[in-house]
Amino acid sequence: MSGSGRNARPVVEGLFDFDADGVRLLMSGCAACGADFFPRAPVCPYCAGSDVADVTSAGTGATLWAWTAVNAAPPGYGGSVPYGFGVVELPGGVRIVTRITVADPAALSLGMPMRLTVDPVGIDDDGTEVVAWAFAPAGGVEGRA
Amino acid sequence: MRVEIAGTGLHTFGRHPETSLAQLGATAVRAALEAADVGRGDFQAAYCGTAYGGVASGHRVLGALGLTGGPIVDVEAGCASGAAALQLAAGAIEAGRYERVLVFGVERMPKGMIRSSFFEPWVEEAGLSPAPAYFALRAQRLMRETGLTKQDLAAVVVKNRANGVLNPDAMFRKAVTPEEVLASRVVCDPLHLWMLCSPNDGAAAVVLERGRGRGVEVAAVSLRSHLPGSVLGEATPLSGIPDDDITPPTALAAAEAYEKAGLGPEDLDLVECQDTDAARELLACAEIGLCPVGELPRWVHEGAGLPHGRLPVNTSGGLLSKGEPLGASALGQVVEIVAQLRGEAGPRQVPGASVGLAHTIGRGANASVTILKAPARP
Repeated sequence: MSGSGRNARPVVEGLFDFDADGVRLLMSGCAACGADFFPRAPVCPYCAGSDVADVTSAGTGATLWAWTAVNAAPPGYGGSVPYGFGVVELPGGVRIVTRITVADPAALSLGMPMRLTVDPVGIDDDGTEVVAWAFAPAGGVEGRA
Repeated sequence: MRVEIAGTGLHTFGRHPETSLAQLGATAVRAALEAADVGRGDFQAAYCGTAYGGVASGHRVLGALGLTGGPIVDVEAGCASGAAALQLAAGAIEAGRYERVLVFGVERMPKGMIRSSFFEPWVEEAGLSPAPAYFALRAQRLMRETGLTKQDLAAVVVKNRANGVLNPDAMFRKAVTPEEVLASRVVCDPLHLWMLCSPNDGAAAVVLERGRGRGVEVAAVSLRSHLPGSVLGEATPLSGIPDDDITPPTALAAAEAYEKAGLGPEDLDLVECQDTDAARELLACAEIGLCPVGELPRWVHEGAGLPHGRLPVNTSGGLLSKGEPLGASALGQVVEIVAQLRGEAGPRQVPGASVGLAHTIGRGANASVTILKAPARP
């Protein structure tokens, strides 16, 4: 895992950023149906409502909902393998697809508290590290983190 | 208006690096036209299902056979592309627009993990695109919620590969044991390599016509997309919400098809369903109403989907034996079911089969359910 990731290039603009406390997911909330969604969009994917407002999540209270490991690099991916991949659930029930910093499925378990971070996915030509949002076990993983 | 299948044709699914897309399609189309005793000028339109074929795939196929001149429409709907083509063709006949229509699906696939223009480049760069990883998450959830085990998934592979031994048009024709399945490498836990189907090359074709009561009837073809919300659905969004009350696209398509056909799951004699991975077959069985999701472990343990079980599933060997040329796979299922309903399936024959269901689900999401009925016996 990288350090703060602040000097790195986000793999995409507008999906996550950094504030004083760390990484934040940039989400939207729909006034009509009440659902939060990610990434941000002008129209709610669930009810087609257009009264949506910016919401951010620092990942507080996230728990692990589904996980696996990717053992071979998929097409278009230049980062290291294996890497963890899964879904976390935020308080309120929103489920987020994410990299997971632990690539050993046996070290993870359902409902495990997770914290938001970033994970390196490659290096630019000028040497800048490229990062994506990721979740890590909040308490670390014994002997494996 | 009754729509019937006048003939079917296939180009064996497999790895055919020396065979062009046009040649693959032409083989299947020629076979279907011959089986239907139909020639140039005898069909008024053609629909071609393909996802990776590129511009004017259908024209390339029919151009190679000197069969252009009528409308040729390419249809892309992921794994359901062939079924989408079938739906458009059947609808056009039902509407009285055409008397007879050629439908085919053709595909040449890269080996290994499928690259998809569905994803923006950054999604691939972030490592968030690998299809087997999404399949694995769905399999893990299904196992967690039902008690299905890796051994149960292996049993699906063993069943389908045993069926594939009997299908000369399958790519893999060697039986496997559960131990061998579980010894194949882990692609994405809990899925091992042999639990995943292989993208490959192939083509399938059918001739549809306004029915006269003698042929296999297309009782229903339903195509549905997803309702938003499920994070592990084939639409692969980056976020979702609790989805227990969101009907998956396969169930939407199945309900519509059963209603149109005036039939239910209890009327089926065989099913060809989307076994992209072994867990997907079982989830599909639940979604099309063969078995409550919670009873899937019992479904497997009782051997319900075996050739001599309660309701044979994937007698063709499924995608796990045939491989999956996306645009052709749905019509490949139709070719198998038509053979079964005509009593021409040889060693794979399900005795007395009179109603069969074909199902696909894939990128989009797109789900299709096709119900075919044998003609009334004299």
